[in-house]
Amino acid sequence: MAITAGEEVMARDSPPSGPTELHVLAVDDSHVDRKVIERLLKISSCRVTAVESGSRALQYLGLDGERASVGFDGLKVNLIMTDYSMPGMTGYELLKKIKESSTMREIPVVIMSSENILTRIDRCLEEGAEDFLLKPVKLADVKRLKDSVLREQGEEHEGCKRKLQDEYMPASPCDPSSTPMLCPSPPSLQPPSKRPRLLNVD
Amino acid sequence: MLGLGADRLRADMNRLLAFLFHQGVLDEQFLQLQQLQDESSPNFVSEVVNIYFHESEKLLRNLRGLVLEREFSDYKRMGIHLNQLIGSSSSIGAKRLTNICVAFRAASDQNNPTACLRALELLEHDYCYLKNKLHEFFQIEQQRVMAAGVRYPIQN
Repeated sequence: MAITAGEEVMARDSPPSGPTELHVLAVDDSHVDRKVIERLLKISSCRVTAVESGSRALQYLGLDGERASVGFDGLKVNLIMTDYSMPGMTGYELLKKIKESSTMREIPVVIMSSENILTRIDRCLEEGAEDFLLKPVKLADVKRLKDSVLREQGEEHEGCKRKLQDEYMPASPCDPSSTPMLCPSPPSLQPPSKRPRLLNVD
Repeated sequence: MLGLGADRLRADMNRLLAFLFHQGVLDEQFLQLQQLQDESSPNFVSEVVNIYFHESEKLLRNLRGLVLEREFSDYKRMGIHLNQLIGSSSSIGAKRLTNICVAFRAASDQNNPTACLRALELLEHDYCYLKNKLHEFFQIEQQRVMAAGVRYPIQN
């Protein structure tokens, strides 16, 4: 297997790229809505952690200033879904805090609201929200979201591997009989920092 | 022969649901919830609805307290409770209650105490109606599960 054979070969033979199962952090002050979103996500084969407020969410993510050690519970969050109207910290405020964090800003954040207010939607998207869902959230919404996030994370992972291949190209040709691990990937592969979608830079 | 009981009960459930749909009490969100129920979560809908009843009764008590206050003026707090009730009611497909709450919120926004009182009374009345009907629905469902279980222990 030639090194220069192309990324497609590498992609086909290398270990699964990106997460195959999403871990979603759901934030909603309504117990009813937490129960429903939890079920929607479980049925869609996602792992769910449901919390009742923005401050709890930040605690879970280790962003509340009480410096949590690596792996607060070991489960990396791939997606955050938050209600907009919550007492204390709104979903919008939570979104801002996450996007301000260097460690968490790449995690896609989806806002959910029962009110279809255009200025609200615009404001959230401008702040970097991945999507804005109208409640009640449907199974089709979750499926679409999951597919979109997995695809993006897969693409970012591929982009990262390509980048690493450029950086870590081995000097000698690869032994065709050996397991094709052409580029050494660091144990915890962080996707490149994701700029807000609306800026469209890449 | 025993399976017939389960079928008849299912027909009763469907008839009750159709009736509630026709009256505008429930909407298709309730059906969405039913689709989320399966062998791995066989009581999902009744669990969600019971959480809803529990949350709502607290909110209704708060609303009643606010509306009946002598020097009633906390419309802002009323709006917050109503938003919560609107959200959870629409999450379970309680269409009629959602609409009443929306009207209630409008009355509150207009700082109209008489309209608020009227809306509260309507809300409490319709809430009781919904609660009774859904209890009836879940009772029939329980009976159906037992009837189906007797004859088809491993049936889906």
